[in-house]
Formats: sequence, structure tokens, C-alpha cells
Amino acid sequence: MKLSTNFVKDYVDIDVDLKTLAEDMTKAGNEYDSAEKLINATNLVIGEVLECEEHPDSDHLHVCKVNVGNEVLQIVCGAPNVRVGLKVVVALEGAKLPGDFTIKRSTIRGVESCGMMCSLAELGIESKFLTDKDKNGIHELPENAIPGEDPIKFMKLDDEVIDFDLTANRGDLLSILGMAYEIGAIYDKKVRDIDLSHKENSEDINNEFKVEVNTDNCSIFLAKKVKNVTIKESPDFIKNRLIASGIRPINNVVDISNYVMLETGQPLHYYDADTLNGKIEVRMAKNGEKLTTLDEIERTLKEDDIVISDGNKAIGLAGVMGGLETEITENTKNIIIEAAIFDAIKVRKTSKEILRSEASSRFEKGLDPNRTYMAIERSCNLLEKYADAEVVSGLAKFDETNKEDTKIDITFEKINNVLGLEVPKDAVVDTFRRLGFTSEVEGETVHVSVPKRRLDISIKEDLIEEVGRIYGVDNIQGKLPELPMKAGSYNKTIRQIRNKMIALGLNETLSYILVNDKEALKYAVSPEGAEGIGLLDPMTEERNTLRYSIIPSLVKIYEYNKARSQKDICIFEIGKGFYKKGEEYVENTKLSVLMTGEYYAGITDNKQVDFYTIKGVTEEILNYIGYEGRYSFVIKNELPKEYHPYQTAEISVNNDIVGIVGRLHPEQFKDAVYVMEISLDKLLDKKVGKMKYKEISKYPSVKKDIAVVVSKDIEAQSIAMAIKKAAGKLLLSSNVFDVYEGIGIEPGKKSLAYSLEFGAQDRTLTDEEIATTIDKIVTALEKEFKAELRK
Amino acid sequence: MKEEIEKIKKLAKEQIEKSIDLKQLDDIRVKCLGKKGELTAILRGMGEIAAEQRPVIGSMVNTVRDELEALIKEKEEKFKEDMLKLELQKEKIDITLPATKIKRGSKHPVNRVIEEIEDLFVSMGYDVVDGPELETDEYCFERLNLPKGHPARDMQDSFYVTTEYLLRTQTSAVQARVMMANEEKTPIRVICPGKTYRRDDDATHSHQFGQVEGLVIDKNISLADLKGTLEVFVHKMLGENLELRFRPSYFPFTEPSYEVDVSCFKCGGKGCSLCKQTGWIEILGSGMVHPNVLKMNGYDPEKYTGFAFGTGLDRLAMFKFGIPDIRLLYTNDIRFLNQFDRKDD
Repeated sequence: MKLSTNFVKDYVDIDVDLKTLAEDMTKAGNEYDSAEKLINATNLVIGEVLECEEHPDSDHLHVCKVNVGNEVLQIVCGAPNVRVGLKVVVALEGAKLPGDFTIKRSTIRGVESCGMMCSLAELGIESKFLTDKDKNGIHELPENAIPGEDPIKFMKLDDEVIDFDLTANRGDLLSILGMAYEIGAIYDKKVRDIDLSHKENSEDINNEFKVEVNTDNCSIFLAKKVKNVTIKESPDFIKNRLIASGIRPINNVVDISNYVMLETGQPLHYYDADTLNGKIEVRMAKNGEKLTTLDEIERTLKEDDIVISDGNKAIGLAGVMGGLETEITENTKNIIIEAAIFDAIKVRKTSKEILRSEASSRFEKGLDPNRTYMAIERSCNLLEKYADAEVVSGLAKFDETNKEDTKIDITFEKINNVLGLEVPKDAVVDTFRRLGFTSEVEGETVHVSVPKRRLDISIKEDLIEEVGRIYGVDNIQGKLPELPMKAGSYNKTIRQIRNKMIALGLNETLSYILVNDKEALKYAVSPEGAEGIGLLDPMTEERNTLRYSIIPSLVKIYEYNKARSQKDICIFEIGKGFYKKGEEYVENTKLSVLMTGEYYAGITDNKQVDFYTIKGVTEEILNYIGYEGRYSFVIKNELPKEYHPYQTAEISVNNDIVGIVGRLHPEQFKDAVYVMEISLDKLLDKKVGKMKYKEISKYPSVKKDIAVVVSKDIEAQSIAMAIKKAAGKLLLSSNVFDVYEGIGIEPGKKSLAYSLEFGAQDRTLTDEEIATTIDKIVTALEKEFKAELRK
Repeated sequence: MKEEIEKIKKLAKEQIEKSIDLKQLDDIRVKCLGKKGELTAILRGMGEIAAEQRPVIGSMVNTVRDELEALIKEKEEKFKEDMLKLELQKEKIDITLPATKIKRGSKHPVNRVIEEIEDLFVSMGYDVVDGPELETDEYCFERLNLPKGHPARDMQDSFYVTTEYLLRTQTSAVQARVMMANEEKTPIRVICPGKTYRRDDDATHSHQFGQVEGLVIDKNISLADLKGTLEVFVHKMLGENLELRFRPSYFPFTEPSYEVDVSCFKCGGKGCSLCKQTGWIEILGSGMVHPNVLKMNGYDPEKYTGFAFGTGLDRLAMFKFGIPDIRLLYTNDIRFLNQFDRKDD
């Protein structure tokens, strides 16, 4: 809301400067974006063009002699409308104009120029507010302008504007009167009455005009007729106040409708009475009904739109925009003034689809029906004064509104308890008085009567807020709530997993969950029937769907960094993945990892990330959570196509697949890029035994190495399991320390070297016991895998 | 005879002194002390010496032998030591060459801020709770006193996936969840950090951003409690000496509502580019839980009052680490991430 201080001063006295007013309003809860003079320029005077010669060296410039009161200046001017006798706005040498523009004495094509004759645009008036004449040249002041005087004052543009960013509940402040009450409350000033006086003729509108409301979405509809208006330009003060408020002046009648809306907050619509058939009906639109609106666009309506009809067809979209057919034109003589209140939600919905206007934004926030009457009266007052209107008696009306004050009872104790502050009783009562509420104290209770203009106030807490706003909350002494002692809790596991990943040398990322629909289900094995979840109204194609897996995001991060010559990328993220199955929406917490390039590097040693590195990271986190010995890596024939088919596995914990680990397909990723993803929800759901001490054997263990030759396609994991099974409990650990193919080994075969550790809790094993166990292992491997012991 | 022994001793000592390696030393030992050595020869020839002289000569030879053996040993050890030193010298390395780079890993700045806030509130007995990011309209808006069509919904342009489901626009959605989940309707003290989403994208807004919500419900909770709690919070997160300003505002789920400004921690309130010359930085939204919200979620507003507050985590992280553009938080440039690899300050 742009507030013209000149405008509001009609109704309340303001003794403070612009900045203070803006700051004080902010402290009362009405934040401002900017507070500036309407014309932010210095060193301007009225001038009169005495001479106007063509520039000797230009086909469009003129060299003028301009009387600026105390002297005559030579000014070069390029405007087509400059001529002798014209009264103009002159920016003198040193003048500062909007846009950080300073006027300097200069030489234009060899001719000295001491100042500038200004257009309104150069003074900072937006071009949408200008007449065609003003758009094309310097501004022409009327004859009675006196050279040497202040042109801004003369044009009544000496206004200031505060642009407020109002909260959604304060619809009342979308009016000059509302602002006046607010300012009045802050500075304890009385608000002056609005002038509604006018004469009415002896005719009665009800004899010739009917209003019919056939929908619940209109609570009040008033129609008033005025006759024989003269359409012309508005007086300066109306035009300028509209401009200051951000509304384009058109003609006196249209301007008055806007002016009254600004004053009262009640949107109005003026119809050319001669285009109506003596009737207005408010109803819901028929599906597919057509209406050409003021902006000359044919709209197709829906049954959710409220329309104004002439009894046959739609002639306006209620609260949003009028129809073209019934609009005020230069030839309009007689007017029907409409003031009504339409359902806020319906108007909001229609306006969202068609146009957010000054009117619709007011309907959306609710209106005071008392102002509906006031706006009609005020229109008559101004139309009589500035458009020579003859007002027809009576109102054609439909009215089901409640105009009574809202009554709220509150105790002083309640106010003090909620604020945590002792507000003196007098101060409470005084606050209500300043706000223009009437109140009556009865013992510890205050009966408060709140005028309808404050639609935001309906319960005790609203009154408490008002006391806080006007009395101030700065005196409240902060304290901590007195609550019982207890230990707080948080998700420690997630934090520990994060810290573990960081300890493993990975960078934590934070990425967007919205991805492109083509990526949403990539890189992951999704549950059967799972679908991506798309947005109804995405901002971009790039982000139109919720991701199922975090890996697409990590891949994007990898690509971003690679494009910036970062080759070594080891990252992880803990976040959510989403999918839809049937009617159900599922979200899952996941841990995802991407690794490529060097894991660590030094002069003597470095580690290029390979499958076994990311497998190590995976095992490390599984062991850390407590699943040691309960997981395996499962080779699957059908993998998402983004993976290397022979370097990828699913992660199984307690025989349940919880994730995937592998290399991204080399066709798409030239670098060896490895990823891993685990569903933490699935994983952490599984029970883990408590950390407990296990006795360390007092007897030494014995290490023996064996090497076996087996067919190349036999997996180490299955051999390890066979070894464990054959050896029994004397085997403490087995570990592959070498895999060899090549000279000395038959083609198609490989040699696996195992380091085996044997021991027992109660004794030192004998050589025979160990030899027997190794024999058992070898026999089992021979039998199961046709393995040969390598000598 | 004595002279001869003295001569042998003198000569041997000189030779030991002059010897340059183990080989020479060994030769000296053989020559003097070996089975066929000079001193051994004297002992062997004792038969030719007068009987009364024998003990004297014998003792003298033994003394000289012990003395020479000690000298040889000493010299031998010196040679060994020198050799070892020489050996080790060959293994000399340039210790100023760079170390093996062991990855340190890093924690994302937003999560650093979340953990710091969690630790603070957990220490004051709050529980950290979580809620769905894909939320229902009911929990995100309706149960927070924001019925469909409410103009305040415009404050939060949302990403809907159906007419009922949307990405939560505020962690406040968890407020209703916590109240509804508490069947006994006992007092509540929670915070909820998490991701939130709005249709907005520029240098200061990201369509995805972090928020933390706080909610306390009990008998006799007042605005003074809110003020005190937020003072602790702001002082811990942004600086001990900062001032707070409660500015009346409007949120549908609180009444009264306040936006909380903090005195500019960059300029100390004098006015600078960060605070847009106002001396204040808007940091939190807060207020007393609206009685409708209490009622809708099963709490009796006549018995209970409460406060709620919410703030943006991204901005806190930006302030804390001097990050100028919110997009840096979500771009995940490795050079950015690597800067957050230390322990917490």
C-alpha cells in the first residue's frame, strides 16, 4: 500500500517527519519498504520561455532564453513542444534529478546551456501515469504559473509516499481512513470526519432500477444513480494523489471511483446507466459463459466466478473487473454507482486466474459494510463537486450484513499473563480509546466494543496484541519458562552416521530434492509399482518432480565440480527420497555416497577410488552401526541401467536388500565414478545388539597362509563362506591377501591366497589340530569349487 | 722382558689409535693377542724366565692384554657406530616434502547450524522432532488456522503435488503434528529443524530452504518466556551482546505475533549494507500460539498457553560463516565444502 502523506493529512494531523512516521508505523507492526518524496529532485524553478531560436548546428534542438524569476538563462532544449511564452519546469545548475542525475552547465554543439527544461518523466513520474502529451515533451505549466516559484508546490506534487508492506490481516489499512486511525492511535490524534454532504433530487432510484442478489457470495449490494455528469480531467489534487498511490488518472468520474476506494477501502464500480436495462443481478457464472472485460479480452467464465449481470448476460466480474459494454466513456451522462461486498475466497480465486487488482486485493481481505454506505455517499459528494452530477434520491439495495461493533470481554489479568508484563489498568483503557474502540471497565473486566472497520479483531488475544502494539512490549523482561527438568532428546544415530562419514574423509552436501522427472527414479532400484511424485505447478522443467534417490543430485554435483576441474570428489548426503505407490506417498531417509578420483594421495602412496574403496566405506558404516557379520553383497542380474553391470552389487543386511553400491556405467561416465545408497529407515529398523566385552584368549593364535586355484568366475565371498563352514570355530579369521592370474596359472583360473588365523579360548592349538583343520578346508574347497591347493 | 712387553703395548696402542677400520683392528688383535700373537708368545715362553719373575711377568702381560682388549673393543664400537650412521645417512629423506593427504571430510554449514541449535535446546530440555516434508494441506495450513482461501496463504506460495499434498512451506506444520500426537495433551517443549519449500528463487531466496521451529505449551506461558528464550537463542547463535526488538506482526497461527529484529552484528547498530542502514536485522517470526490452533489440536486454550517461533537456517549459516549468496549453500562446490572441515568453533 502506497500512502500519500498529503492524502492522509486530510484526516489526521501528523507532527513528525516522513522517516519518523515510517519507523513508528513499523514499530506498530506496519513495516515499510520505502519512504520518499514523490518528486525527489532539487533546485527546480518555474520558468517562462522568452526566446526560442533554432540551434545553428542541429535540426531539432532549440536555443532558448528562459526567465527563471531573478535572471534569464540560456538553455538548449530538444523537446518538440518548446516555444515562446511557454511556462516550464527548469532544473537549475546543480539540480539533482531522480536516477542520480546532476544538472551541470554544459556546451551542446557549441552553444552554452545553463540548466534543463524538464518533462514529468525526468522528475521521476512513471510513464504509465503520463498523458500522451507529457510523454512526448517537456511539461507545460498553465498560464498562471509564476517564474521563479517552486513548480513542485505549484503542481501540488509536493507529496511524500510511504510504501508499506502490510500484513495479510490488516485489510483496514488499505484505506486512507484506516491509515488515519492507525496514525491517530500511535500519536494520540483525533481522526477527522469525511465529508459526505451532497444534494439529492426528488426522483427515487427504486422507481427505475432494481438490484437482485441470487448467490450467497454477495452480502451487500448498493446501487446509487447520479445524472448529467460532465466527463473531464480531474483536478490536480485528485490526479496527484492517485499517482502517489500508484493509480493512473483517466477522467474525473473514473478517478473519483478510485479516489473514494483509496479513501474508504471500499472498491466501487461505476456503470454507464444508459447501457443497463434498469436492473442488476448478482449471481454465479454459468460454466463457459462469456464476458469481454474492460481490457477488451473475452473471458470464459466458470461456475465459481461471481458475476454482475443485467438480467440477461454477464456485464462484470464481481470484485475483479468490469465489462467493456457498460463502462464509463467520454459520452457517459448517467451513472449507476455500485458498492458491494463479495465473498473474499471466491474473489481471490477468480482474481488469481484473471487479474490481481486494487479492488480484488481489498475484497480478499474483507470489508466493513459501514464503509460500503460511506463510499456511495462520498462518491456523490465528489461527483457533485467535480463532475457536476445530480444525485438521484434513494438506494437500490440488498443488505444482509451485520454492522454492529464486535464485543469482547477481557480481564486485566489475562492481558498481563499473556504479555508477561504488568500494564497499568489506565494504560489498557487508554490504548483502546486511542484506537477508537469504546470500552467500559467493570471490576477486573473490560468490555470492549470494536468498530467493524477492524475486521482483524475478534478474540481476546487480538486485543492483547493491540495493547502490546500501542502500549509497547519493549519493557517486557525476558525470562525462561519455568518447566520441569528433563533431558532433551535428538536423533543421535543420524548425527553419528554423519560424523562417521566425515571421519571417513567425505564432504557432506546439501542438494535440492526437486529434480527433473526423467531423473527422479534413476540410479536406484525402486519398489515395484513406485512412481515419481510430480509437482502440479513446477517453477521449471528442471525441477518438476521429487527425487526417489539422492544419487541423481550427487551426480549433478559431481558434474558441476568436474566442469570446474575438480577431479577428486568424495561426497555424501543424508536426506529424503520420495515415491508414490498407489494412493500412498512414501518418504525415506537415505544415506548416499559418490566417490571418484583420488581417495588419498601422497609422494609415496596414493589411492585411486575403486569398487573396493566404496565397498570399504559401505562396510565401515555398516560395522559402525553394528551389523558386522550380518551383511553381504549380492550380485544381481537386473540392475538399473545407469550402473556397470559387472561392478555393482546390492547390499543385503539380514537377507534384506537395503541399498546398492557400484560403478556408474562407463558409457555415460568416462571417469570411474562409484556410488552407494542405503535406505536408513530400512537399515535402522533392524535390531542391533549392545556393545559388550568379549574375552580375549590368553593363548596365542597361529597364522597360516594357503593359496588355492579356482575357476575365475567363482566369487571370493562364497569361498570365504565355505572356509568358515569347513573350519569350524577354531578359525578366528580368514582374509584374502592376494588374487593372481597369469603365468603359472591355467587360463580361466585364478589363484586366491588366504591368510588364516586359528586359535581357541582354552588352549594353544597343536600343530596337528591346525593341520587337520586346514585339510578339512582344502577338502571342502576341492569338493565344492574343484579348487587345487597351490604348492 | 718388561721392556719388551712395554714395547708391544706401546706399538699396539699406536696401531689401534691409527687403525681406520674393523679389518685393521682385527689384524692388530691377531698380531698381539691371537694364539700366535706377540703377548701369547711371551706367555708361552715363560719357561725360560726365572721362577721368581714369572708371576710378575704373567701379571704384567695380563694387564696389558686387558688394556689392549678394552681399547680394541672401544675402537670397534666406534667403527660400528660410524658404519651404522653411514648406513642411516643413505636413508635420509626430505622431510619437508608434502605429507600424504588424508581426507578430512567436511560438515555442511547448514547442518553445523542445526546441530548447534539442537545442542542448545536439548540442554534446555527440548526434544528435537521431525515431520514429513511431503505434508498434507491440513497439517501445513488448516490446523494452523489457515483455512483454504485465506489471504495469508499468499505469503507462502506452495508446491502442491495434489490438491491435498504439498511440500511443506514451513516447519510449523510439525506444531500440529506434535500436538495431535500427544494424546495425553501434556506440556510440550520441542524444536523441529528441517527442510521447507516455497516457489521462490533469487540471491536471497531458495525454493528449498531450512527452517527451525520451536514450540512450548504449558500453563502460564507468556510473551516474557518467549522473549527470554529467544534472547538465549540469539545470543548463542549470533553474539552475546546483541539486542532484540519485538515488532508486532501477523502470522495466522500466533496471536499476538512478533517479528524479532536483532541489532546488526556487523555494524553494531550504526547502519551498514547488511542491515540496509536500519541497524536491525529481521531474524525470527514468533508469537503466542493462537487459541484456535490450540483448540484445533486438542489443547484447551483456557488452560494452556504457548509460544512458537521459527527462523531460517540458511540465513543463520550465512551470517555465521559470512556466506554472501544462499545459492552457494546448495551448489556444493567442493572448494566451498572443503572450507567447513574443522571442528566447531
